[in-house]
Amino acid sequence: MNAVLTAKDFATDQEVRWCPGCGDYAILRCMQKTLAEAGAQPENTVFVSGIGCSSRFPYYMNTYGFHTIHGRAPAIATGLKLSNPDLDVWVITGDGDGLSIGGNHLLHALRRNVGLKILLFNNEIYGLTKGQYSPTSTHGTRSPSTPGGSIDQPLSPCQFALGAGARFIARGIDTDNKHLGSVFLEANRYTGAAFVEIYQNCPVYNDAVFASFTDRQKAAETQIHVRHGEPLLFGKEADKGLRVNPDSLTLEVVNCSGPDDARGSVKIHDETNMALAQMLIGLHGPDFPVALGVIYRTDGPAFEHGQTIHHPPPLDSTAGVVQVMRDVRLWKVPPPD
Amino acid sequence: MNEGASIVVRFAGDSGDGVQLLGSQFAASTSESGNDFATFPDFPAEIRAPVGTTFGVSAFQINLGSRRIVTAGDQPDVLIAFNPAALKVSLPLLPAGALILINISAFTKRNFQKAGMVPDFISSGALDGFQVIQLEMSTLTAAAVADSGLGRSDALRSKNFWALGVVLWMFSHPKSGVESWIEAKFSSNDAVRQANLAALNAGHAFAETAELPAALPRFDLPPAPYPPGEYRTVTGAQAMSLGLAAAAQLAQRRMIFCSYPITPASPILHYLSRVPKLGVTTFQAEDEIAAICAAIGASYGGALGVTSSSGPGIALKTEAMGLAITTELPLLIINSQRGGPSTGLPTKTEQSDLYQAIYGRNADAPIPVIAVANPGDSFHSAIEAVRVAVRHMTPVILLTDGYLNNAAWPWEIPSIAHIEPILTSTEIPIAGEDSVSHLAYRRDADTLARPWITPGMDGLMYRVGGLEKDFETGDISYDPDNHQVMTELRAEKIQSIQRLIADQVPEIGAPGESLAVVGWGSTYGAIWRAVTVARMEGHSVAHIQLRWLNPLPSNLGELLASYGHVLVPELNMGQLATLLRDKLNLDPIQLNKVSGQPLKIAEVLDRIRTLSSAKTAA
Repeated sequence: MNAVLTAKDFATDQEVRWCPGCGDYAILRCMQKTLAEAGAQPENTVFVSGIGCSSRFPYYMNTYGFHTIHGRAPAIATGLKLSNPDLDVWVITGDGDGLSIGGNHLLHALRRNVGLKILLFNNEIYGLTKGQYSPTSTHGTRSPSTPGGSIDQPLSPCQFALGAGARFIARGIDTDNKHLGSVFLEANRYTGAAFVEIYQNCPVYNDAVFASFTDRQKAAETQIHVRHGEPLLFGKEADKGLRVNPDSLTLEVVNCSGPDDARGSVKIHDETNMALAQMLIGLHGPDFPVALGVIYRTDGPAFEHGQTIHHPPPLDSTAGVVQVMRDVRLWKVPPPD
Repeated sequence: MNEGASIVVRFAGDSGDGVQLLGSQFAASTSESGNDFATFPDFPAEIRAPVGTTFGVSAFQINLGSRRIVTAGDQPDVLIAFNPAALKVSLPLLPAGALILINISAFTKRNFQKAGMVPDFISSGALDGFQVIQLEMSTLTAAAVADSGLGRSDALRSKNFWALGVVLWMFSHPKSGVESWIEAKFSSNDAVRQANLAALNAGHAFAETAELPAALPRFDLPPAPYPPGEYRTVTGAQAMSLGLAAAAQLAQRRMIFCSYPITPASPILHYLSRVPKLGVTTFQAEDEIAAICAAIGASYGGALGVTSSSGPGIALKTEAMGLAITTELPLLIINSQRGGPSTGLPTKTEQSDLYQAIYGRNADAPIPVIAVANPGDSFHSAIEAVRVAVRHMTPVILLTDGYLNNAAWPWEIPSIAHIEPILTSTEIPIAGEDSVSHLAYRRDADTLARPWITPGMDGLMYRVGGLEKDFETGDISYDPDNHQVMTELRAEKIQSIQRLIADQVPEIGAPGESLAVVGWGSTYGAIWRAVTVARMEGHSVAHIQLRWLNPLPSNLGELLASYGHVLVPELNMGQLATLLRDKLNLDPIQLNKVSGQPLKIAEVLDRIRTLSSAKTAA
């Protein structure tokens, strides 16, 4: 592929079948645009998904695509990456697919650091099965299966990823294409398992569940976009910051304007600092902004390379098999005299 | 009848007594002596059960002889028991008159108690009718290795080699092979090497010179009539691994073997992982589902994906098998069957997953099924399974079992150079010839397979998934007529494999005899031997061994109809019998056994005789 590709070249002729207003549309457009910008080769790009609304994604990408079974996309993508480590493999999953039925596979793909870019569309609800609560639904969520409100505590996808040993953890918002695109580019560049949680709105079953911080009017005050090496500032005028309280070992918001400007004490984002990542992931309103961007990143060997080094496949000769077959005590029976 | 004799020997002791090592070394010396043999390692399920208990008994049985040997033997002629528990567990297996060598040093009051036996068991009359020889194995071993510098408990670990010395003498087997094995194995540990050699020699010398109340018998087994060739010993797990590696070479594809540890399938994972020279990438997945899914992903990427498990694990893989069927990807699923249901009898053998293999999925979801007959056959079956998987773009189930994986037989080393290369049936289409989606589902007229287009191929990007596909374009389709067409296509595709399968011929006997004994899997040996003996007795009986269970060979119905009766012995409640009723409208006589133990020759032979005399009487 020599010609310069555009976002359109990454779109298929398939009719997109998400509900009107679904956040998935924005994510899809963002991905098509980002891959064009990144100069991705469609023939070397694969989207692997499980089951759920988000998992229809591969049908709409003019790359290779595999719509698999519920929860198993990370396992299938692991096998794919082992068979051809040169492919760019994106895993598309959701909060039910990736954290409920497929939680085990996600955990192991992350801890092994398989070279996959894993996008978890979190809408805190089951969409395709018609609105049941999910493992990320807040306590008390009323749904067809929990008419009295859910009684279990939700889990945080990024906390899960950090606990599983993920070395790349990032967050974005479906409708903030510019920021989400930059997160995709970073994930694309990462050689191990890149985990991206996308806050995605389901207008039918869980509308506006993230509105408290995705609303553009309030975004500056309710979001903090973290960048490695830069101070953790937010607010319209970058007039607020986060610093570590040395007594409680938690983050606290400080004022960065006026006479009591505490800018000097604001923490500089260090994406290799796991303790900081832990704190940033846990921030939520109303007292704190939600952290977005690359929250955590450390280098580590990708699983598929270790495997390949272990077992170089000699395809050109049966010598290895013959040698192993004969590498034991042999005896000959001569033909009869 | 003037055929050669055979002797069945069983070694039994605690897990820590080194019984499996002793058995495998005796098998090696047997091969050096030119006898044919078959082995049956009978492990306890517990890793290190409390010492001296009956559930901690580990046994190794070998049948050796100067004729063709196809089973590890119905009943041990010779038992070597290292402790009371081993004697107690093995005694019911022995025929009257069997020879029992016991390590009397371990027959202490405490050990009798642990085994739940009375302290005067030996003189209680329970051993009347057997020839019992009491040997002070522990004491004599300790004396023999006194100079090695090992402490007493380490020194006593050599008693398996002391016992081996005795047995080698009884069978006039050479010691040299075992000696060189000890030299090589313990080359880095002088004391242990010296102790084992000293114990082996001491046992041998003791057997030759000791004055015992009852003389140690000697067995004279002339070499068995092997076809000329070059041989080695092989277990089913080894032969399966070698077959997989050879298949990858023959197909010129990388192989990725994805498995989750489970008894009794793990020996295949271990062997492939331990021997990187075979070139097979192994992946220990987080669970059974991940294992098959990774294998599917590997095949989607252009490698040969293989997954291996046992019944309970196969059950977990079921949904993913459906995905491989509908996405039409090659995949090999190996089931090392064990006793069930549920956790069942993990270390014991059974053939009860045939329904699961053939019928056990949601929807109309046909998969080809092949069964392995004996350890060496695992090699050829693995190649055949891979050949079908890539030729027809389908998952294939290969049935073996715990007994086959662990049993060792002599094996004529095959020439890989003489095996046909494995070819995919359809060429990769050229981009631009047609719309890509049409190309991805352009089928071979003969095999109905679609081309194996893999990511990385320029201009052929297509989407595939578990949703029903349009027959021509592969796009998602909910069209009723299309689903009918696709369901029929999937059935026809598997049925078309019949054209590749050789016509079924009897293993022994001819079409049209009075009785056909039809078997599949590891009961091969017992049926083969029973039919051989029955024919020598003058019965009109044939042995038919099925490798292909789905589809069945096209001539099978006609062949089986030519017999007066059809007998189906199986280690289940009648699963092949049901299949034959279903597919061939045949009503076979069943012989079913589900005790966790291999089928016995005598069990089949008795039934053949009964059927034969009933017929004569009528």
